[in-house]
Amino acid sequence: MNMKNIALFGIIFALLIIVGFMQSWVVAFGILNLCLLSSIMALGVNIQWGYAGLFSVGTMGFVALGGVAAVVTSMPPVNEAWSAGMLGILASMAIAIATILIAIRIWRKMPSGRNRSLTMAATLIIGFVVYRYVFDPAVASIERIDPAGTGYLGGLGLPILVSWGVGGLFAAGAAWVIGKIALGLRSDYLAIATLGIAEIVIAVIKNEDWLTRGVKNVNGIERPWPVPLEVDLQASETFVAWADWIGVGAVTGSAIWVKLLYAGLFIIVLAIIMWMSEKALNSPWGRMMRAIRDNEEAAEAMGKDVTARHLQVFVLGSAVCGIAGAMLVTMDGLLTPGTYQPLRFTFLIWVMVIVGGSGNNWGSVLGGFLIWFLWIEVEPIGLWLINQLTSGMSEGNALREHLLDSAAHMRLLTMGLILLLVLRFSPRGLIPEK
Amino acid sequence: MVDILNALVVLANFVFVPAIAYGSQLALGALGITLIYGILRFSNFAHGDTMAFGAMVVILVTWWMQSVGISIAPLPTALLALPFGIVATVLLLVGTDRLVYKFYRVQKAAPIILVMASLGVMFIMNGLVRFIIGPNDQRFADGARFIIRARDFKESTGLSEGLSIKVSQGITVVTAVIVVAALFWFLNRTRTGKSMRAFSDNEDLALLSGINPERVVLIVWVLVGALATIAGTLYGLDKSFKPFTFFQLLLPMFAAAIVGGLGNPLGAIAGGFVIAFSEVTVTYAFKKVFTYVLPENLAPDGLVQLLSTDYKFAVSFGLLVLVLLFRPTGIFKGQSV
Repeated sequence: MNMKNIALFGIIFALLIIVGFMQSWVVAFGILNLCLLSSIMALGVNIQWGYAGLFSVGTMGFVALGGVAAVVTSMPPVNEAWSAGMLGILASMAIAIATILIAIRIWRKMPSGRNRSLTMAATLIIGFVVYRYVFDPAVASIERIDPAGTGYLGGLGLPILVSWGVGGLFAAGAAWVIGKIALGLRSDYLAIATLGIAEIVIAVIKNEDWLTRGVKNVNGIERPWPVPLEVDLQASETFVAWADWIGVGAVTGSAIWVKLLYAGLFIIVLAIIMWMSEKALNSPWGRMMRAIRDNEEAAEAMGKDVTARHLQVFVLGSAVCGIAGAMLVTMDGLLTPGTYQPLRFTFLIWVMVIVGGSGNNWGSVLGGFLIWFLWIEVEPIGLWLINQLTSGMSEGNALREHLLDSAAHMRLLTMGLILLLVLRFSPRGLIPEK
Repeated sequence: MVDILNALVVLANFVFVPAIAYGSQLALGALGITLIYGILRFSNFAHGDTMAFGAMVVILVTWWMQSVGISIAPLPTALLALPFGIVATVLLLVGTDRLVYKFYRVQKAAPIILVMASLGVMFIMNGLVRFIIGPNDQRFADGARFIIRARDFKESTGLSEGLSIKVSQGITVVTAVIVVAALFWFLNRTRTGKSMRAFSDNEDLALLSGINPERVVLIVWVLVGALATIAGTLYGLDKSFKPFTFFQLLLPMFAAAIVGGLGNPLGAIAGGFVIAFSEVTVTYAFKKVFTYVLPENLAPDGLVQLLSTDYKFAVSFGLLVLVLLFRPTGIFKGQSV
């Protein structure tokens, strides 16, 4: 960390403080928390792209899987649904896995030719029919139970902090499957395969009501251990007295205190991941990764198993995104499938990594802070700018109205422009790799 | 016998006709992707938004034409506006190439850098489209709606099931056939087309034999602009225009291009139809068909739907995975880098 980097981080914090004074401290801490989460996601993408040169555009899917983990670990179980449908769900999952394993075995063991293809196709079709035969009634019986209130399995009722790890595991599992299929082929196949898996994860979350309640959303997810509810704080006399002493009032004070506690938790996680990433990057493993990234043929000639290492680093990076996803749902307290947008959860994270400096962990964190700040603040700034530019026009002018309505889309333009400019004129980013 | 005919009509109405129209749209989109891949050698993630941009210009010109009363009824006015959309899109694409892609091409940057640049272009185009026309659904279809109406079909054939073909579906197929024929004539018969194929096969050899690379690149963008605008407009006419759906078309279009074999135009067309037919068949509820064909006591209780329509992405993805696993170069042998 030299002076320039410290100054860059200093500017971000100065910006946040300006927001605190100009808008409100609740907004400023809200931005700070999402900056922290974005940094973790950016670290995950940086592990894939910066360390190993893997181009994955499935970040949204892994983040969403983390969100699912938060629900299935922490929500209280719906006992009726468990007794009604759990057996069927487990059995159908077992059937699905068995079918796939048998099909793989057939593919490996039988001599290639028409017979093999036919046997495999038949196995898969029969397996699918049996799976649906067991799965459908189980799902129906789960969704029948109090559809307005629950209508899903619920979770395991564990503390939500556990789900952060589970989210990482979920994402890692999905990444392993995708990596097995798409790695080792041409580089952009991974991009297209991950684009697909992200869409499918979202489709599953939106439609499998028995698991995530689909578009009915899951809300009321419990707070993690040290974070109290705002209403409890406002009811506590000591807190109210304390808030009045500072002069912010109980309502604002409780909102800020909750956000601060979240920020504390997120900083701990970010610090752990950061420490591990730095250790990994500067270890022999990290050097090997960079050697593979810079010249695959040479690394392969040195006896490195490029595909296996790629798989490893892809799984690790996705796991970090999954952890961030679980943390995001924890902070929101609800899982809303409709909010997962690829522009917000995949491409924006990419802009963070590129702008911050791919291959440098500090760069990714800086990019996460800077880009998230811009993402939030470009809209009001754009609105202000358009207001100034068009102030000469009359009040009901059609062009002016249109421009003011469209100011929200300025952020896409700005992000694209930033990405292209950095890629062209400063491809190593704000904090270049050492 | 009548039952079987009825079953066939149901199938035609709900599976074949929509799948052929959708397949043509996908094929046109995938052709653009595959041309860029074959000659510029990168996967263009901005293609969906290029289509949205082209369709948007067509819509704006259509609205203008409708307001001054220009029409070619019973055909939709959008066909008349198509050339304007193509010109605007080509200008945009050539401009982007000069400002963005050319730099990396001259540098001989790794393909993945070009892909990332296309990501930036995607953001900008997406923002541009939303900025100008907004993120909502837009309707611009006019003229006659049906070639064959379900009711007329029932009356004239005496069957209990109806078959309807929308004008937009007819136009889609006819336009696609014309465009594809023209494209193949261009690639196989003209001197410029041949030089393009030579460039795609072996860049160095093509350069040695005096082919001007900048000219080839320019022509690729012209072709891609035309294909993208036509595909986008046809999709918009047939379904509806919404910027986000065009972004979501990226996955099926890439799947089509890869299933067919990236860089191979014939493969892109085949891939488009393979994806479209699988998507429609897998997400269609076959209950009605089976009720006609099977004896009464065997008639199914459920919908006989393999996957709900929300999983249509899973179909493109599944096919993509199958091809990647078993035949990474696609049905027709494509390129690989």
